[in-house]
Amino acid sequence: MAAPQPESKIIELKPFTDEMIVSMGPQHPSTHGVLRLELKLDGEVVRDAIPHIGYLHRCFEKHSENLNYQQIIPFTDRMDYIAAMNMNWGFCLAVEQLMAKEEGKFPGVPERGEYLRILIGELNRIGSHLLSFGTYGMDIGAFTPFLYAFRDREKILLLFEKICGARLTYNYIRVGGVSRDTPPGFMDEVKEFIDYFEPQIDVYNSLLTANRIFIERTANVAVMDAEMAINYGITGPNLRGAGLQWDLRKDETYSIYDRFDFDVPVGRDIPELGVVSGDCWNRYKVRMDEMKESVRIIRQILESGLPDGPVQAELKAVRPPKGEIFSRSEAPRGELGFYIVSDGTPKPVRVKAKSPCFTALSALQELSRGLMVADIIAIIGSIDIVMGEVDR
Amino acid sequence: MTPQEIYENLKDKFGESIVSFEEDIADPFVTVAAESLADVAQYLAQDEALAFDFLMCLSGVDLGAKDPNYYVVYHLYSMPRRHKLVLKIVLPKEEDPHVSTVEHIWRTANWHERETYDLYGIIFDGHSDLRRILLPDDWEGYPMRKDYTEPEFYRGMRVPY
Repeated sequence: MAAPQPESKIIELKPFTDEMIVSMGPQHPSTHGVLRLELKLDGEVVRDAIPHIGYLHRCFEKHSENLNYQQIIPFTDRMDYIAAMNMNWGFCLAVEQLMAKEEGKFPGVPERGEYLRILIGELNRIGSHLLSFGTYGMDIGAFTPFLYAFRDREKILLLFEKICGARLTYNYIRVGGVSRDTPPGFMDEVKEFIDYFEPQIDVYNSLLTANRIFIERTANVAVMDAEMAINYGITGPNLRGAGLQWDLRKDETYSIYDRFDFDVPVGRDIPELGVVSGDCWNRYKVRMDEMKESVRIIRQILESGLPDGPVQAELKAVRPPKGEIFSRSEAPRGELGFYIVSDGTPKPVRVKAKSPCFTALSALQELSRGLMVADIIAIIGSIDIVMGEVDR
Repeated sequence: MTPQEIYENLKDKFGESIVSFEEDIADPFVTVAAESLADVAQYLAQDEALAFDFLMCLSGVDLGAKDPNYYVVYHLYSMPRRHKLVLKIVLPKEEDPHVSTVEHIWRTANWHERETYDLYGIIFDGHSDLRRILLPDDWEGYPMRKDYTEPEFYRGMRVPY
């Protein structure tokens, strides 16, 4: 007689373990500053990611109420310190627009000043996107692009050092123009840089953009469609990555951008790479393409040459009339808005900075639900935040 | 649409709730009664001709001791129609300032309202997660108010420098 068979047992696998809370940051190499994420993890899967910000809050808005308008400009440098020129510009634009509301108060920025603003603004956009590209590669695990990016960003910083004496916080763009004219031979050096830099973009693309590992990490991750982006108030490359052609330089043109010929790159589906519009890869790719467009704009300035004349309008005093304005401009990370309330005195009553990174970061919680921990790093890099601007 | 047309449209629809329209100013704005903000915002976002799908900015304002009110200012933009509108809410300082949230209409308002609460102490009724955002959770007072005086010490650290 055969031995009795043991009863078969059904072992139940519990697929869900206990939830674990991990605090990622505030000191974390991939958070691009002091950002703390409270991650609720189920194994490797992120159930919730709650951002905690404010570690870099320096009371920009409160300071502004106690300073006169020119004194605020250095504070804007310290918001998005990667693109400080564009921060200066955004603030000066708001003050100028408010001043222009009163007849004869603001004569307009001289032609040479406008050209220099665009030249410097676009160079800073390239520098900012370079940093974004380099650190994104490093977050994902590719160290080499970082070295290339910083090597070339250094050349831009040297140009800035020549024109305004500073490498990080420039205080260069002032109300009514820019603070000083170009040093001798500056435009030749810009040309030299652009001639060198333009082919480099293809090198970057071959290093990272088409890299199979990079695509695997970023394609079809954290897809944000245009509707969601608009509802979250997200602008700049993050919105364009979602496939919407929206750029203030074109759609609500300011300064003299309407004289230049450039395209607005947008994200798109590429089935052979597995890339869909609005994913991390597209947000990244838009920045790479924007560098090319910035080069195009700078080439046009180089061809036409800077017009002669002053770089700064002659202003009796920077004292906007009573009133209020909300002005926005296209910074490298999106639409930078300034809401200024003036009572006619030399100091503003209220300055509110609407930071593009602040709104972009607010979408992180929804974007990261249900993804892996490693994807969080890919998302933070792709929305390209600077904590100085988020916390102000 | 111009701000004037939008104002007339709103006035027809909401009557008394639309308090005033200020035109002779850099950015014309419409003042809305605080209690009907949620309805007005809903209408602005959903009406086909208005289609305000983009909340550019949300700010609290305190004009100082002379003014008895706080203000909440909404800067709206319509991507499809390409027009903008400024909404203002007036909240008396004497009472606890309260206004309903617009977070369910524009999700970007979530963090902006938290910031306004953090710095101005304006309470957004119905907000899903009204916590301090920029300041530490145990900070006392609302620093952007003009009558704010900073504390002598915070957790044993001297605050004024």
